[in-house]
Amino acid sequence: MVSIDKANQTAVERMMGARPILKGVAPARDVIPGMRPNLLLHAGPPIEWERMSGPLRGAVIGALIFEGLAKNEKEAEALVGKGEVDFAPCHHHATVGPMAGVTSFSMMVYIIENETHGNMAYSNLNEGYGKVLRYGAYSEEVIAKLKWMNDVMGPVLAKAIEASGGMDIRALLSEALHMGDEGHNRNKAGSILYTTKLAPWITQTTGDSAVAGEILKFLGENALSVLNPVMAACKAMADAAHGVEGSTMVSTMARNGTDFGLRVSGLGDQWFTAPAEVPDGLYFPSYTSADANPDIGDSTITETAGIGAFAMAAAPAIVTFVSGTPQDALNATLEMYEITTAEHSHFTIPQLEFRGSPTGIDIRKVVELGITPRVNTGIAHKDAGVGQVGAGLVRPPMKIFEDAVRAYAKQYNL
Amino acid sequence: MSVTKSEIRSGAYYDSVVLMQLQRNLLQLPGVEDAGVVMATPANLELLAESQLLQAEGKAAKPEDLLIVVKAVSAAKAEGALAQVDELLKRRSCAAATSSFRPRSLAGAVKALPDADWVSISVPGRYAAGVAREALELGKHVFLYSDNVSVEDEIGLKQQALQNSLLVMGPDCGTAIINGIGLGFANHVRQGPIGLVAASGTGLQSVTSAIHNLGGGVSQAIGTGGRDLKEAIGAASTLQGLTYLAADVATRVIVIVSKPPDAAVASKLLAAALGAGKPVVVCFLGFAAPAVRLHNLHFASGLEHAARIAVDLSQQRVARDSGSHSKAKPISGYLRGLFSGGTLASELFLGLNLFLSPLFSNVAIRSEQKVNDAHKSQAHTILDLGEDEFTVGRLHPMMDNDLRIRRLKQEAADPQVGLILLDVVLGEGAHPDPAAELAPAIAAARKARKELEFVALLVGTDEDPQDIQKQEEALAKAGATVYRDITQTLEHVVGRLLGAAEVQKSPAPFAQPLAVINVGVESFYDSQSAQGAQTIHVDWRPPASGDEDLMALLSKMRT
Repeated sequence: MVSIDKANQTAVERMMGARPILKGVAPARDVIPGMRPNLLLHAGPPIEWERMSGPLRGAVIGALIFEGLAKNEKEAEALVGKGEVDFAPCHHHATVGPMAGVTSFSMMVYIIENETHGNMAYSNLNEGYGKVLRYGAYSEEVIAKLKWMNDVMGPVLAKAIEASGGMDIRALLSEALHMGDEGHNRNKAGSILYTTKLAPWITQTTGDSAVAGEILKFLGENALSVLNPVMAACKAMADAAHGVEGSTMVSTMARNGTDFGLRVSGLGDQWFTAPAEVPDGLYFPSYTSADANPDIGDSTITETAGIGAFAMAAAPAIVTFVSGTPQDALNATLEMYEITTAEHSHFTIPQLEFRGSPTGIDIRKVVELGITPRVNTGIAHKDAGVGQVGAGLVRPPMKIFEDAVRAYAKQYNL
Repeated sequence: MSVTKSEIRSGAYYDSVVLMQLQRNLLQLPGVEDAGVVMATPANLELLAESQLLQAEGKAAKPEDLLIVVKAVSAAKAEGALAQVDELLKRRSCAAATSSFRPRSLAGAVKALPDADWVSISVPGRYAAGVAREALELGKHVFLYSDNVSVEDEIGLKQQALQNSLLVMGPDCGTAIINGIGLGFANHVRQGPIGLVAASGTGLQSVTSAIHNLGGGVSQAIGTGGRDLKEAIGAASTLQGLTYLAADVATRVIVIVSKPPDAAVASKLLAAALGAGKPVVVCFLGFAAPAVRLHNLHFASGLEHAARIAVDLSQQRVARDSGSHSKAKPISGYLRGLFSGGTLASELFLGLNLFLSPLFSNVAIRSEQKVNDAHKSQAHTILDLGEDEFTVGRLHPMMDNDLRIRRLKQEAADPQVGLILLDVVLGEGAHPDPAAELAPAIAAARKARKELEFVALLVGTDEDPQDIQKQEEALAKAGATVYRDITQTLEHVVGRLLGAAEVQKSPAPFAQPLAVINVGVESFYDSQSAQGAQTIHVDWRPPASGDEDLMALLSKMRT
């Protein structure tokens, strides 16, 4: 049998060597493999309608309305009830989406190409804050904003990105980590870099200054603008590391609001799942943890790829999420070195003397040391449509790592 | 009746998480029902409005203003809360007192403190060997305080250490002082020229304390664990410790402390001590001291005695022998001692007992050292030929040399024999000229086997009728080495049969200031830290939370 250490080294080198380039924007139907009109992609591991949490159900309803397959909640639920809607994890279609992550046939998606290994990854467009589909909102204004994004902003972004010749998201992330971002909860610097890089191409390709202004305002005011291309870039990196024979490295962490799911590079496409936990965090005015939905979203792909909570040391401005002091932020990153395979060759942390961020979670180390990965996350309201109620820290359940170790031993006849 | 109060701070920017934290702190104040702390952006004002926290003055705030709203049971409580905002914001920065990172794994600790060359382990016994193995794999010396480690694990760990020029102190090692820093239980003692290696924690503590109290000082105190001098372990750590101390320029006197060692181990250890090149004080509790001093070995009758000798030696108040005894290649054959005097046989037996193994005799006290058949020697053998079994129907060998000469011939013919030791007792009643009969026998035997050596211990005075000078000359001429002193006899025999083991140079574990990774008992970390050592504490937990099945799987996955 192969050396696990060597297999992990191969996997992590593939992950770090992947070069995700943002190539464009296109409707899901044109680019996402296996996309079809009645298929809705969602965040996290597979789940059936009956077990979906509030925000995911809300997003499903909203997507069906957006696609014109239903006029309202009732029709949408009836359609699902008749079994006419298929569900699949985004991850099964080279796609990732924040929070509910619901992606439908007509939605515009970012196209990322890993130029090193040739694999593609996709993610929808970020809607900003407030009442948004990814938190399960589906009111008229939500659908209207989605339509504007799809019909007005999407095509402009497509042209602008194409005209720019593509954007190296790994390079953008490296820079953003030196500007106080960790790439998951805090993407302020990255979003500014992203908007700044695209601005000239947006103005040149629209020819309509009013539209250009509107789009730039939308991108500029949204500190999460870059989150979705970043997630797709991380997906492209993680997929490059998936499927290495004998590797115990995590290649997917994702949550659907009900379950937390894990996949391991050397264990094929099987998911290890357990109930997702409610994040521990800070809440917006008038909300408490009683309002919170269990952990949701594919954005844990950032931690999988060595940023997010793993690069917490780089983002002192949001240390309050981990209890309050810059030292705690350093400690958070230092702890993640304990369970990872490598220090990232491109993502470095100034606060740790430019040490590479901890990259490539090893299920062996997680189980042996009893340290589960840290995840920085937004917190969704448990009811559909309310939106984000806070942000904080969560860890996956230990059980999925233990199950993965047992499955590994079985698969490799240990 | 609830009262809502607002405060606007223009141009005061705070990150939203700071504000959420402040909001949480406000909510914890007595009488506060709800609170909102936001930058007054339109979206945030909307949020406040939804929670009925937005009042007229709040509506007037600009996006770059900080808006603080408190809803409380009374106006006084609301105002009281607002008055505390500054203090709460300040308290945050006080809470920033740093708590430095505590790694969970040894590998993580090594990254955090790369200079560490020691790992101090005090985890429960069933996990201790695993942690120690990992430490050795990482190239660290090990102080293994944990007990309940199996003998098999101890053997394995010490082999692994030796192969990698590393030292394992323990398991069950209570005490060590490395470069002035105490590990485990250790006393504050002055630094000085006395280096110790001990298979006993409290033994080490009491000797180092006594050294200090007598005005002496300690260079290094190396613990080995109580089982190190058992045959199974073979003094692996003690020998290594001795080697380090022998090579250490700061160490001028060495002390070895142990509970009774196994015989074969004692002999190996003393051979090494003879080669140490500096005075070695030997304190084997429960073993009769063979002499006050043999070559560079000084024998102590107890712990305090050991300390006193060591201090005296270090202050050069007693004669020293730096081990400059004959460097002639020792002989490889066995000793056969053929004694006419029973007590002399016993004295030499006890004197050589620590050095020669296995050693048999018909005067041995312990049954396993009794010679099976007094007429046939086995390995090293010392015989009292005056015992009844030899003297039935004949004169005592002090008067009649016939029996001894026959036995001498028998032993000389045995190719395994390398040295024959005889006593020659003069005086009234004894044979009138023993050398006249013994010397020819010695000469004949040496003629037949040149490599065969003879030592004669001459007991008598210059006033004895046999003429002690003439006796000595005759024996010497026949080829025997003759002494009139028991200690010199012992020194010679030990020197010829045991020799001094080569002291191998190996990198000492105290070449640089002590830097240690502590795994287990946290108070050891505190004490290392208080003593000024570079140290880091590992927040150790049982692997896989103690799940044995998972641990077994994980151990198979270490590839």
